[in-house]
Amino acid sequence: MSSLTVTALTKAFGATPVLTGVDLHVPAGGLVALLGPSGCGKTTLLRLVAGFDDPDSGTVVLGDRVVAGAGRGVPARKRGIGFVPQEGGLFPHLSVAGNITFGLPRQQRRDSGRVRELLDLVGLDAALSDRSPHQLSGGQQQRVALARALAPEPSLVLLDEPFSSLDAALREETRQAVSAALTAAGATGLLVTHDQAEALSMADQVAVLRGGRLVQLSDPRTLYQRPADLDVAAFVGESVVLAADVRDGRAESVLGSLVVTGAAVPGPARILLRPEQLRLVPPVGAVPRGRVRSVDFYGHDSRVRLDLPGGCSVTARLEGADLPSVGQDVGIEVSGAAVAFPAAGDAAGGAGPAVVVGPAGAGPTRRRAVEPIS
Amino acid sequence: MALAVCVAALALLPLGYIAGYTVEVGWSGVRELVLRPRVAELLWNTGRLVLGTVAVCAVLGVGAAWLVERSTVPGRRAWHVLLVAPLAVPAFVNSFAWISLLPGLDTYAGALLVVSLSYFPFVYLPAVAAFRGLDPALEETARGLGLSGWAVFVRVQLPQLRVALLGGSLLVALHVLAEFGALQMLRYPTFTTAIYDQYRATFNGPAATMLAGVLVLLCLFLLVGELRLRGARGYAGSGRGAVRPVRPTALRRLTVPALAALAVLVAAALLVPLGGMAYWLLAGASSSLDAAELAATTASTLALAAAAALVTTAMALPTGWLAVRARSRVATLLERATYVGSAVPGIVVALALVTLSIRATPWLYQTVPVLVAAYAILFLPRAVVPVRAAVEQSPPLYDDVAASLGSSGADRLRRVTLPLLAPGMGAGAALVFLAVVTELTATLLLAPTGTTTLATAFWSASSAFEYGAAAPYAVVMVLLSVPATVLLSRDTRRGLTP
Repeated sequence: MSSLTVTALTKAFGATPVLTGVDLHVPAGGLVALLGPSGCGKTTLLRLVAGFDDPDSGTVVLGDRVVAGAGRGVPARKRGIGFVPQEGGLFPHLSVAGNITFGLPRQQRRDSGRVRELLDLVGLDAALSDRSPHQLSGGQQQRVALARALAPEPSLVLLDEPFSSLDAALREETRQAVSAALTAAGATGLLVTHDQAEALSMADQVAVLRGGRLVQLSDPRTLYQRPADLDVAAFVGESVVLAADVRDGRAESVLGSLVVTGAAVPGPARILLRPEQLRLVPPVGAVPRGRVRSVDFYGHDSRVRLDLPGGCSVTARLEGADLPSVGQDVGIEVSGAAVAFPAAGDAAGGAGPAVVVGPAGAGPTRRRAVEPIS
Repeated sequence: MALAVCVAALALLPLGYIAGYTVEVGWSGVRELVLRPRVAELLWNTGRLVLGTVAVCAVLGVGAAWLVERSTVPGRRAWHVLLVAPLAVPAFVNSFAWISLLPGLDTYAGALLVVSLSYFPFVYLPAVAAFRGLDPALEETARGLGLSGWAVFVRVQLPQLRVALLGGSLLVALHVLAEFGALQMLRYPTFTTAIYDQYRATFNGPAATMLAGVLVLLCLFLLVGELRLRGARGYAGSGRGAVRPVRPTALRRLTVPALAALAVLVAAALLVPLGGMAYWLLAGASSSLDAAELAATTASTLALAAAAALVTTAMALPTGWLAVRARSRVATLLERATYVGSAVPGIVVALALVTLSIRATPWLYQTVPVLVAAYAILFLPRAVVPVRAAVEQSPPLYDDVAASLGSSGADRLRRVTLPLLAPGMGAGAALVFLAVVTELTATLLLAPTGTTTLATAFWSASSAFEYGAAAPYAVVMVLLSVPATVLLSRDTRRGLTP
């Protein structure tokens, strides 16, 4: 395994710029999720790293080897990068075993022990090795594709939306199997996805890409709690945005005086809360009031939309069965701190350098480094 | 790219020849040769035969398809095979059987009968596929809106059959325009037979070429017309989910008439030619069956067909590849060029190649390469369609994945690309092979002196009224055509041309 460092990478198709100066670092053994809406250039970035396309400028460095840029262009087949495409991309004319051993030297392709080892790594039964790809379920195909990518012991594995074609139940199960296999293989991974839950739950670090530019690279918790701007905030989860006046580390808003984290500039601002920070209390005393407009019941939790006196409305996410009824007046309490953003101007603008928030040099936090398979 | 351009150029050669010749003759020459009563007569004959055949085939094809796919008529699977089977009998063999049994068939009605019986499966096959693909939910919705069974057919099913019906009718019309053997045998004069007679009489006279020009114009007119009528094809909705099986319409008291109708159709289209062949085979067995010659002719036919299959499939590869991998206007044009080239009747292709080879390359005149080139022009789409489908099934993704696994270009070709394309190329080669086995017109004009194929041997024997001697060749041709027919009846979604 080795680290991946992408510096000032740009790429345009014709006159359309797709990537404009992307910097990205994936530490050895880490898993970084590349998150962004469709069309933001994340698949292009992946293809540049894999070597399927050449960048217009910028460099791609694997470990200490420059593989693209600075006048060098190492072809894809010499990069030692595993690739798991969206729909698995298993060779339809080869069996599962034939697919898995495709990238191995000729004399190792007959080794059924190796096939069994790799199938085991991705949590599949060795009995599948003689099947054809079309006899496998979508999740099994993805796992075989991962086994195929891991077989030549690549220094880096790229996963291009590997779970998007699976249905919800299968997706969760396959996600866990892939996570476990990557950890067990000790591979460095770069996962492209447009699904924020997938990015937050799987990766050590999440890189948010927007309009061909990296807007934030941080660990999932920081990304969710302290997004770089309101657009990122909305992209990684539901948000409650209120107008406020920031003074002395507190924000005066329609929901009362709230603690603001970070260095907030005094003056008018927009503050961000998450729906789970709102709690409903009896409407007594000086608590801010709201009226229940609608209640969506999901079972594990519920979403309540509240109309506030100022004419705006907010969403609260509540656990438990004790739900208000529509039209009821309730009191609203806020737990935790708000994040403040400048009120005017768009913080979401494409200008300015990428904002990196979070503990410096945050390495793999939730994944254990394990000996690579040999 | 350069290869695909060469292939397209070859495919368009006959058209270019006709156009060039027309310019050479000049306007006055064209007027003199084209605007005469004889041409009007041929136009009337050809036109009413095309229209009549298309109408009859549409009724027979859609009716039979509805019975087989959507009604409770007994033995639906067996009927399906029997209704596709007439394709295994070349039209000129069918015609031979009918005229040898009923010599009075040399009329418009006779030609209409024989040609319709030979070509109605071209409508039947796409109609079956369309009925199968119809979403039953639409019919149920229509019923729910209070429409009767007949109204559902007319207002819901028929509009959805439009694309299939148009495609099938176009095929029938093009085949009728190109049909030579069957009509010559019935002594029904159309453009093809007139061109042939003209060519035999005056050897590449301008008259033959101008007749060919009119014929080609008719073909192009049909192609353009079909494209226009088809319009924005494709209907919204109908996801890829498994379509529920349809509950067929109960025929009840109409079962017996339906069975009788199918039986008459199959008897006329299949039993008559097979019976005729059997009769003449038995009648002629004592006198004129020359086994050695039959074997030699079969061998030379198979050799020619194999060569043509190889060449045509190889030519289809760059076109099919380009059309999928480098989608562009040019690529589409190159692909379409191969279709247009093959819509030109065999007699025109043959005439063009005869004249061009005499003028430009006399040493190639009446040699195997020219004959194979004619086959390639005529049958390219049969190879392009499956090859293209195969390329579509091996997206560039596989190349990328193989590269990321350390595989070099040559290694990828050997281990990924060729294995993926092999089935499509095989299917294309098989279709071309079987088409060549029964090709008559171009072979008659272009085959090297002394080379006979099954079709030409059959032709010369039956033209001399030696029906007993002709029958064995017909039997071998029909037997060789069976595999292609089986292929077609299985894969009903894929027509003969796109």
